[in-house]
Amino acid sequence: MCTTCGCGQGETRIEGAHVHEHVHADGTVHSHPHDHGEPHGHGHHEHVHAREHRHSDGTVHAQPHDHVDGHGDHDRHHDDLHYGLGPAGAHAPGMSQARMVRIEQNILAKNDALAAANRKHFAELGLFAVNLVSSPGSGKTMLLVKTIAALTGRREVVVIEGDQETSYDADRIRETGARALQINTGKGCHLDADMVAKAVERLAPRAGSVLMIENVGNLVCPAGFDLGEAHKVVVLSVTEGEDKPLKYPDMFRRSSLMLVNKVDLLPYVEFDLATCIEYARRVNPGIQVIELSATKGQGMAAWLEWIERGVAAADAARQEPVDALKARIADLEAEVAALRSLLP
Amino acid sequence: MHEMALAESIVQIVESTARRNDATRVRAVQLEIGRLSHVEPDALRFAFDVVTRDGIAHGARLEIRATDGAAWCMKCSDTVPLARLGDACPRCGSYQLQVSRGDEMRVLDIEIV
Repeated sequence: MCTTCGCGQGETRIEGAHVHEHVHADGTVHSHPHDHGEPHGHGHHEHVHAREHRHSDGTVHAQPHDHVDGHGDHDRHHDDLHYGLGPAGAHAPGMSQARMVRIEQNILAKNDALAAANRKHFAELGLFAVNLVSSPGSGKTMLLVKTIAALTGRREVVVIEGDQETSYDADRIRETGARALQINTGKGCHLDADMVAKAVERLAPRAGSVLMIENVGNLVCPAGFDLGEAHKVVVLSVTEGEDKPLKYPDMFRRSSLMLVNKVDLLPYVEFDLATCIEYARRVNPGIQVIELSATKGQGMAAWLEWIERGVAAADAARQEPVDALKARIADLEAEVAALRSLLP
Repeated sequence: MHEMALAESIVQIVESTARRNDATRVRAVQLEIGRLSHVEPDALRFAFDVVTRDGIAHGARLEIRATDGAAWCMKCSDTVPLARLGDACPRCGSYQLQVSRGDEMRVLDIEIV
């Protein structure tokens, strides 16, 4: 049990930190991490602010805007408050009346904004971030262990492990010598962008490294939660059944790459590889496919190449602003030199 | 049950808007949920009832406006209706489809007193 606030099991835990959800008297739910022993302040903010103004005809407009999201499109986020839309059809001063408030906000706007901030941070670091998703038991952790072993000495891989409970997976990764951090989601069925932001802060990956985020084993829930990754990679093992892309289309639709794992077991199982790929392309015509066996090594070269291409792309994206700044400095220096030459 | 996380996000949006508008109670919440989104409306209703309990939106009526799916068919070079992810183009049978509508998940408006 947490000695700071007395919470028990079931909350999100990031190794080394504690994330708590508090339900306030007014119903607001806050979740925030704290280290054990730290004073327990509420540093949480309301991110949606309103700018209200009242017209002479009594109409009140509130234009909410999201601080994380940038200021967004004020027209689309218009938040009119029309007293005339109440059941009485008119506004009687001092009389309580139902009012309609237009919101038109994406339900996941907050997560999406945090994911965008992660993506920007990763781009600045030249970090290639991959969100590994699959059902439980597809072999994600084994794949990571083998990937890290293959990249040792060439490329740093840091790992975020998401599971409801235990740090078994992070322990397995740490045995390879790589740095890993476990996030226990408690009752949660997926990682979200906020959890990943906090984990990355703790891991402090070096520029040019690979960040592997092993999501909670679940082919449904993680699909909708952007973490700021460059790509979602869905792992499907041949022991599962070739119809999963059609049964869980969201995940396959949002993934850039499908890894068909455990192909060494194909002779022993009824798994139609061609049909599986066809189904995956029905929901996502652009999905790439690599067939591999993490334990036997087959297909691993193609997967490692795919990672290297991603790293190169992340590195090029980081160089772009640097190159642009260098060009700007060169221009300004030329300007200074030109002005100096005018001095007597 | 990511519907629980979605319901929590909805309630945060609803309650902050309600407070900003000096509401004492939220009577109704209207959502737009596309038929191609990863949301099960019944699970969302259940989660909504749980997370609104004891708050300003307790007992609020949840209205879900479902929007139909549509996709851009590369073969037809046109927008076609799409009932489910993984379905073929109803006109030409191709799977070269790009979802263009029906995966929305938005809070449209709330009714407050």
